[in-house]
Amino acid sequence: MSALIELTYLVAAVLFIVGLKRLASPATARAGNTLAALGMLLAIVATLFDRQIITFEWIIAGVIVGSLIGVILARTVKMTAMPQMVGLLNGFGGGASAFVASAELLTPGGVGANGDLYAGITIALSILVGAVTFTGSLVAFGKLQEIVTGRAVTYPLQKTLNALLLLAIIASGVWMVVVPHNMPAFILLLVLSSLLGILSVLPIGGADMPVVIALLNSYSGIAAALTGFVISNHGLIISGALVGASGIILSEIMCRAMNRSLANVLFGAFGSGAEGAAGPAGAVGDKTVRSVTAEDAAMMMAYARLVIIVPGYGLAVAQAQHEVRELANEIEKRGGEVKYAIHPVAGRMPGHMNVLLAEANVPYDKLYDMDQINPEFERADVALVIGANDVVNPAARNDPSSPLYGMPILDVDHAHHAIVMKRSMRPGFAGVDNQLFYEPKTSMLFGDAKDSLKKLITEVKSA
Amino acid sequence: MTMEALVVLLVIFVLAMFIGFEVITKVPPTLHTPLMSGSNAISGITIIGALVVAGRGESTLGAILGFAAVVFAMINVVGGFLVTDRMLQMFKRSPTEGSGAAGK
Repeated sequence: MSALIELTYLVAAVLFIVGLKRLASPATARAGNTLAALGMLLAIVATLFDRQIITFEWIIAGVIVGSLIGVILARTVKMTAMPQMVGLLNGFGGGASAFVASAELLTPGGVGANGDLYAGITIALSILVGAVTFTGSLVAFGKLQEIVTGRAVTYPLQKTLNALLLLAIIASGVWMVVVPHNMPAFILLLVLSSLLGILSVLPIGGADMPVVIALLNSYSGIAAALTGFVISNHGLIISGALVGASGIILSEIMCRAMNRSLANVLFGAFGSGAEGAAGPAGAVGDKTVRSVTAEDAAMMMAYARLVIIVPGYGLAVAQAQHEVRELANEIEKRGGEVKYAIHPVAGRMPGHMNVLLAEANVPYDKLYDMDQINPEFERADVALVIGANDVVNPAARNDPSSPLYGMPILDVDHAHHAIVMKRSMRPGFAGVDNQLFYEPKTSMLFGDAKDSLKKLITEVKSA
Repeated sequence: MTMEALVVLLVIFVLAMFIGFEVITKVPPTLHTPLMSGSNAISGITIIGALVVAGRGESTLGAILGFAAVVFAMINVVGGFLVTDRMLQMFKRSPTEGSGAAGK
């Protein structure tokens, strides 16, 4: 029987891999996800035949409660709130791993109960990563939901304190492994690891959240794999490793798109507000910004042959994705072409903008990556920037003194006209003044994105 | 657990990481959000360990930890797969044009 169960886990792992492979194209992605879900169902059913399981009441209760919460979360979450949702789910995965590892240590039937050295080590690691994932994800959720401040929280000796915390965690882990049946060491390890999760995410600013979410995604996978080491389960190890790899790749992509190292994102406290106040404020005075009315902006777009829309986090905040689609419809009706340029770090998580626009029925073949769309800006009559800032700042290309210098950007300044929709002249996340706003070809359309879009739609219709 | 057993697990882990890297690099940026929520659901595989812990029925502490683990893992699994499905069903091609400019 147990060989059969193991084989089922292998089948599940294969289904996960095939499912992830199908995510290579939007056309097959949905079927891929269903395959992966099927793999999970197989794994769960097979586990129920495990000889160790003798009572089902807690299992049934847990499955019902967990599924119910899962269904409600998945059904009710808004697409704009997807980063928080994924953050929260990461946390639950990590938390589950920490619970399992704790039970294996503390209960008589657990693998760590008899003081086995290797079991002890894997349990300690599993608790560490699981707890960090759990509390770190909760803080990330809090920041994205704006329960916790989205700014980078800094205080003196921050890095030193975190380093000391890490040393204390290692010490308590060693203590727990060396002295069996050691409740104080377990509690110390759990508390300190939870604290590390909180303190390591707090100093990271809101717009760096894509990296953090991706990294926590990776952690939740690693936590599952470590739990696999604890209970010697191949299925857990393979699946956990897949997710671990996925998160690492995404964090990598995000960091490259910001031209920053992972270390800089994690420890650089970017966006703490300090650099924003200091630098460019004085420079604003001697440059002029051209403001435009919705009528004039609409006129430009109504007669444009190619309009490239550049969405940013501001679009999600304004929940204006449907209005964007409507405006595009009007432009297309008049014979213009509309494309969407998506910067890898636009929004608060990888692919955030794509999901929002897909929700508004924008076909995915109109969504272009940075590398695909950049050569096309030269041809565009209008580039419409909605709630994006740092990712369209030409300073990243031509001002070596800018903190953004070297970051790959969307070449909005190459378009014939740029219309920037923005609430105010407030600088973006990096706290850097945006050169684009002062270009003679740039017109600023101030106001709430949703309201402005509605005006544009009416004007384009009547143009 | 013996050292040898641990090494076998480590081999599986490392090789699976490489498979992960190979597969994930082929996912286009458009699908990165569903990739995250979907892979997240896969990390809910901890449910396997959670079920065993919750079903051993040997101590109250075990039952509580097991119950908590099952709840957390099931939220992860059910919420993750469902929300991914909800997102993926929204991704559609242009209806008629069949434009050759389709993103690669």
